Amino acid sequence: MSDSCGHSVKTEARGPDRTAPIAPPRACAAERPGAVRPLTAPLAPRIIQHMMNYSPGPPENPAVRAADLTVTRGPRTVLRGLDFTVPRGQITGLLGPSGCGKSTLMRSIVGTQAKVTGTLEVLGRPAGHPALRTRIGYVTQAPSVYDDLTVRQNLDYFAAILDPGRPHARTRSRGGTPIGAERRQNVEGVLADVDLTSHADALAGNLSGGQRSRVSLAVALLGTPELLVLDEPTVGLDPVLRRDLWNLFHDIAATRGATLLISSHVMDEAERCHRLLLMREGEILADDTPDALRTRTGADTVEAAFLHLVDEAVAAGRTKETAR
Amino acid sequence: MSTTTAPAPTSALNLSRTTATATRVLRQLRHDPRTIALMILVPCLMLFLLRYVFDGSARTFDNIGASLLGIFPLITMFLVTSIATLRERTSGTLERLLAMPLGKGDLIAGYALAFGGLAIVQSALATGLAVWFLGLDVTGSAWLLLLVALLDALLGTALGLFVSAFAASEFQAVQFMPAVIFPQLLLCGLFTPRSNMHPVLEGISNVLPMSYAVDGMNEVLRHTDMTTTFVRDVLIVAGCAVLVLGLGAVTLRRRTA
Repeated sequence: MSDSCGHSVKTEARGPDRTAPIAPPRACAAERPGAVRPLTAPLAPRIIQHMMNYSPGPPENPAVRAADLTVTRGPRTVLRGLDFTVPRGQITGLLGPSGCGKSTLMRSIVGTQAKVTGTLEVLGRPAGHPALRTRIGYVTQAPSVYDDLTVRQNLDYFAAILDPGRPHARTRSRGGTPIGAERRQNVEGVLADVDLTSHADALAGNLSGGQRSRVSLAVALLGTPELLVLDEPTVGLDPVLRRDLWNLFHDIAATRGATLLISSHVMDEAERCHRLLLMREGEILADDTPDALRTRTGADTVEAAFLHLVDEAVAAGRTKETAR
Repeated sequence: MSTTTAPAPTSALNLSRTTATATRVLRQLRHDPRTIALMILVPCLMLFLLRYVFDGSARTFDNIGASLLGIFPLITMFLVTSIATLRERTSGTLERLLAMPLGKGDLIAGYALAFGGLAIVQSALATGLAVWFLGLDVTGSAWLLLLVALLDALLGTALGLFVSAFAASEFQAVQFMPAVIFPQLLLCGLFTPRSNMHPVLEGISNVLPMSYAVDGMNEVLRHTDMTTTFVRDVLIVAGCAVLVLGLGAVTLRRRTA
């Protein structure tokens, strides 16, 4: 089965979610960041609920806005005065060689990085604001799940942390389903999203590396976050899984209006993003769409474009030094 | 709808999140039955051994046995908690939890609840074995022994949580056991009454919490009623546990370098 995007749909557990007509990923809401596309088919309650919570905000209100963002770690300045925005409802790729500061930038956005100076606004609030903690899904580079729990037990726990339910509201229904049932549905939903339903009762520690990183991703998908910050989510995965995950990312951006910030050092994944931030040595080399990057540099691929920009930066650095 | 779906705020302590954390810690342990067996059986085995080491002098067994009933839960919980929280820190799950709406208090209380429950089982078995099968002669109520044991376990949990912040690896965490526990073990009055020690050592032992744990146990051993000394000992141990838990909470940082 495939939806109108040509995404392969791994399971029908949440069938109604997928039956809504979906525009091709490249076109989804690209012109109107954060706008909700008109939908003709009836939507699953989960999506309706999400859309009602979702405040698109004016187009000039990006998901992430950084101005003069600087981060130091010990004696080293890891990020040097970055200025950029991440538009809502799109997939923004964060690319660059390892050690260039991608993870530090992501941790700053999530609010777990210390010694951040400058301006960093996430979903309209300063990064790290307590109100953001339920609105952001974050996947660290190394899978951060409990190896001595099963996949489902991991998800149950994190789901309970995200939505503990309110005292006195326990038995009352919310949108027709009791809170416990809704949480269970949420867990089953993300299990299907990352294609791990058949491994739900396996210990996370017994899974393969790729499967464990998908458990970690599933945790981030719990609670339908508005912003997903994914640190190299496809590293070490086989091509089929990588394709499936990228289809899932596009699906999340298109149907849920979520913003995704995905880091990678694999340049061919850059082609799948709506926008790219190219980083090198704590600075942003380029902030553009893949097409625009290729056109600007006259390169055939994003990889070639990146290399071109790096050479330019190195050359510029050398002239500066010789001028001194 | 928007009123019912607004995210629950992050408060200092949320009952559901705390119990979810405790349940999770116990579920992790359940997948590791060997650890549970060791935690529960080793103290019993040690008491059993001790009983026959001091086969000829029942009086010595009474003294040391009662003290050990307070020391075992402290040491076990110290080790288990320091390793468990160290793993939480190094595996990235702590960072993930603190990026979520989990209060630091929820995490600490969750751990304290789970390990406290386990400590009750451990202490109940050890106390039962000592009093009913090994002939430990307790003048006071066995329930009071259990109370002190539970507080000791909480103190162990608190100390373990605290030192795990200063350990970068499991090797270091285990080395904190001799560093933090052994001096207290030597000075707590287990080997010789604290009043017989060099005044300097006695002074040091006066500020170490384990001394009061052992004192409390000995009070129960000798007196039928709750003495004021017992109440003081219990309050000091409980106060130390709360204080160190608070210090442990400070070491949990949402933002790290």
